[in-house]
This record gives sequence, structure tokens and C-alpha cells, in this order.
Amino acid sequence: MKIDRDTIETFLYREAALLDAWKLTQWLELFTPEAEYLVPPLDARDLPPEQALHLVADDHARLSSRVKQMLKGNAHAEDPQSRTRRSVTNVLFEENADGSIAVDANFIIHRVRRELVDVYMGRYEHVLVVRDGALRFRMRKSILDLEALRPQGKISIIL
Amino acid sequence: MSSPFHGLVRDEPDNGLFLVNRRAFTDPEIMAAERREIFERSWLYVGHESEIPEPGSFVRRKVAWRPVIFVRDDEGTVRVLFDTCPHRGNTVCKEPRGKTRRFQCFYHGWSFNTRGELVAVPDSAGYGGKFDKKDYPLPQPPRVQSYRGLVFLSLDPGIADLATWLGNAREYLDLILDYSDDVEIVPGQQSYSMRANWKLLVENSIDGYHAFMTHERYFIDYVEDLGGSAKDWESLVQPTPENLGIELGGGHAVIENPIGRLPMSANAAQWLGDVRGKLVAKFGEEYTRRMTGFSRNLFIFPNLIFVQNFRTVRTFYPMSPDYMEVNAWALLPRGEPPEIRRLRHDNFISFLGPGGFGTPDDVEALENCQRGFAVHELAWSDISRGMKRRPTSSDELQMRAFWRQWYQRLDPAYVPGVERHAPVPGAAPARKVA
Repeated sequence: MKIDRDTIETFLYREAALLDAWKLTQWLELFTPEAEYLVPPLDARDLPPEQALHLVADDHARLSSRVKQMLKGNAHAEDPQSRTRRSVTNVLFEENADGSIAVDANFIIHRVRRELVDVYMGRYEHVLVVRDGALRFRMRKSILDLEALRPQGKISIIL
Repeated sequence: MSSPFHGLVRDEPDNGLFLVNRRAFTDPEIMAAERREIFERSWLYVGHESEIPEPGSFVRRKVAWRPVIFVRDDEGTVRVLFDTCPHRGNTVCKEPRGKTRRFQCFYHGWSFNTRGELVAVPDSAGYGGKFDKKDYPLPQPPRVQSYRGLVFLSLDPGIADLATWLGNAREYLDLILDYSDDVEIVPGQQSYSMRANWKLLVENSIDGYHAFMTHERYFIDYVEDLGGSAKDWESLVQPTPENLGIELGGGHAVIENPIGRLPMSANAAQWLGDVRGKLVAKFGEEYTRRMTGFSRNLFIFPNLIFVQNFRTVRTFYPMSPDYMEVNAWALLPRGEPPEIRRLRHDNFISFLGPGGFGTPDDVEALENCQRGFAVHELAWSDISRGMKRRPTSSDELQMRAFWRQWYQRLDPAYVPGVERHAPVPGAAPARKVA
């Protein structure tokens, strides 16, 4: 398939729309079986999950469990589901030597719950691959610019 | 004159009743008294020595609302310095962590060594002949002591030694620390918050009763995804002789029950078995079973939690009656292979912390409790579970231990209730044999 700006941006925008609509089962289909979803620690953003205690470091199995829980109704921090709105901007991408695509983008996520608004901002550092003619995540990394999750207190949504 | 806080706690063991007035969670005057009578008169966790491995290593931190520098000085001594220039107040530590020989205040250029001594002052002649740099060190907390690498400070010069303060809690700290010869705080501090009173997190951290309700998604759904079943953690709610809520004195307490399936045991059984074998050789079977066979949450008064399952150190402070800041770290064995370290991380963060399957729902529950406290018409919270039976981890003796110590600080006239419980059959603690 042709990899151009339009393809990449459309993939990112559609992904954000799935998350904002809480279509998490469809969202999970965007991942390859070997994929990871990482949110690095706020004070050690460059270290890998073997070296630093991440906020989230899901392999596919744990991510699947996360999604299942989030949709079941006993993930109380998201039951009922919060309103969220994701903005994805400043998209850059390049092809890696192995044919995968490194994607950088900025994100701002607003989460609204019980009249409070929490803001999460940062940068995506994804690795995409083409599988069965479609783009898929091999690595989905959300690097927060926050120094502390205050007052957000939690990451109960997908960042 | 009676305390302005008289009557906040109803402690009636004969009636099986322990009630805390919800003003305790909402009243700014009570929080001011807590700062004065509790936080400024306790030992407070600063950090672990592994965080500052070499002379000059430092970590900037906030302890009891005060900016501090946790530093190993040029001679290798672990110190805690208050981070404020004695000249006019500016903080002198610009980086959150690092290694240095000097802390220079950028405001007027005063410089301090890693012992906190003032070593350079631009144009000191301006102060006249009597000026002596020795009179202007970085201030230090009145007391700094450590227990097996865990460093504490106290703002109370007359407080008992740390070891005395820890008292019976030392046995349970040892059960955590004896697991490995060498431990370290790993990079990645969890820094988060809850829009709730800090004492709700004290209660929550030693509350087995909420586990299956609030955390069904973890203890049933996720444990099933790990290949286990709902039976794995049944011990949490069964009144067996090994399911215990224990008061340790001094406001400290611990809950323990036989351990169930965790990501670590599901994915690293071989490794854990090898570790266990070495522990048996060193400490014997009985003590090793105590170390590795139980889930245990240890509370050190007033604001420190050790979660043994995840090797977590967690502490928290109120910023206002309805908002707290929380910090947590992983204290893990040093020198394990990277894949094992990764599994220990995964074990921790699968449940605990802002992105885990446990903590966010605790945050939600505690924040909703705080919302509920606006109903002033309902004055009391009930913390009576287990007053009339041998208390288990899903009872509330461990919380009453906290509240009794808390209330003694606020109302000197209060006489804590005495609960009489039958001794635990066959549960005399096995002591370390090494």
C-alpha cells in the first residue's frame, strides 16, 4: 500500500475517533499480536520498560485484558465512561530500515467527568507496520509532558 | 480546657462500635492540627539510600510540604538538607536529581557544598567584619535516621529513635527486606494525586474488605486472564487463621493473607522458585514461608505504606482537606536479569499506580467518598468491623489502630479503647533463624 501523509494522518485520526467513541474492541484490532502499548514514567521517559517502572507497559495480552475490563462495567473509574476528546497534530513520519514506519505526533486529550476537566498532553512515538494491506501498531507509545499526574490522579483511559 | 476536637471519635469496644466523625475529612482546622500534632511529630519517609549511590548524588524531594535535598555528601554520608537559601529563601537545587559538588543559589550566588556548608558568597565584605560563613549553612531537619536503607526525617528534635518508633513494624519490614541481600529503588516514580482526604488512603491501603468489590476487574477478571480463577484470592475474605488484621502499636498496622496468583507468579514461577530455594537455605522453611507465602500491606504511621506483593513504597500528604499528593516507588532486588526485572515492573503496574487495574478505581472510590462527605446530615463513618471477632484483613482493626493513634494526637483527653480478641490459633510468628 502507498504510505503518504494522508494515509498516516487518516490512520491517527480514525484511531482517535474510535477511542473518543469508546469503540475499544475495534480499536484493539489496530494492533499486531506482538505489539506493545507504553506510557513511560514521567521522570524517566527515555528508559525502556526493563529499566524503568512505566505507568503502562502492556503486551497484547494485557492490553486485551485492559480493553475487556474497560468495557465490562467494573472498571469503576470509567463506569460510566468519561467524555474524552483527542486532538492529534504535528504529525511526522519516516520509514525505518525494516520497512516499518516511525510516527511522531503531538496529542492533547481532555477527559471530562463529574464536571471536572483533566488534560493530558504529550507526544506519540509509534511504530506502524502494514499487515494484510492495512496499517497496524507494532508499538504505541504515549509520552506525557506532565511532571506529575496532578491533579489528574490516574490514567483510566487510553492515552 | 478540652480539645476543640473532643468527640470526633466514638470508641466503644464493649458495644462493638467505632465511629469517626466525617468532619475529620473536611475541616481545615483539623488539617492544621494534623500538620502540627502528627506530621511535625512523626518520623517521615524521605527515600532509600540506593537513590543516591555515590558521593554527590542527590534527589530533590518534598517531605512534609518542605523542599528537601536528599544527598550523599562528599564523604559518603547520607544527608537531608532543607532546600532554601539562608540568605533570602530561594531554593538552591535546580535539578530533580543528579550529581554535584555544589548547590549554588542563582539569586545572589551563595554556594553550598554537599554537606550543606556555605562555601562561597559574592562580595562577602558587604556584610562587615563579623560575617562568618559557618553561621549560614543550609538548614537541616532536627533528626535524620535510617532503617536498613530506608531514610526518614523528623521535625521533632525530641522524638524517640526511628527503631523505637517503628517498634513491632520492624518485624514486618524485615519480612519484606530479607527477601533480597541488595535492593534498589528503580527509576520511575509514580507521582499522582487524589481529590480526597489523605486518611481515606490510609484506610484504603489496609482494607481487605473492598478488594473483591472495587477490584473485581483485577482479582477476578485479570487473574482469570492470567490463567487463575476467582478462587485464587478467596483467602482475602475467609476467616482462616492465616487471614489477619494486626495492630502493631504506635498506629502501625499490617494486613496479611495467603498469597494468590499474581502476574509475577504466573509468568516467572521458575525464577521465584529458585529465589525461594535460596531463601530456605538461608532462613529456613518457616521464615521463608512467611516471607513468600503471604500478601501483606504494612502501614507505618502516619503516611507510609509497603505493599509487599508489588514491593511498593508509597507515601502521601494532604495539600488541603480534600486533596492529597501521592508518591510511590518500586523497591526491587538488584542484579536480576532484565526480563525478570521487567516482569517485576509488570507485576507492580498491573495493579498499582495511575495506569494499573487497581489504583484508578481506588482513586474513583475515594474521590466519591469525599463527595459524599458534603452530606453533613450524616455525621459518622463506621469502622467497627471485627470488633467482636478475631479480626481478619477484611475487618477494620488495622484502621482503628491508625485512628486511635491519630485521635490521641488531637485530643489528649482521649483514652483509646481496648479490644479483647482471642489469640490466633497456631499463628505464633516464626522468627528469623539466620
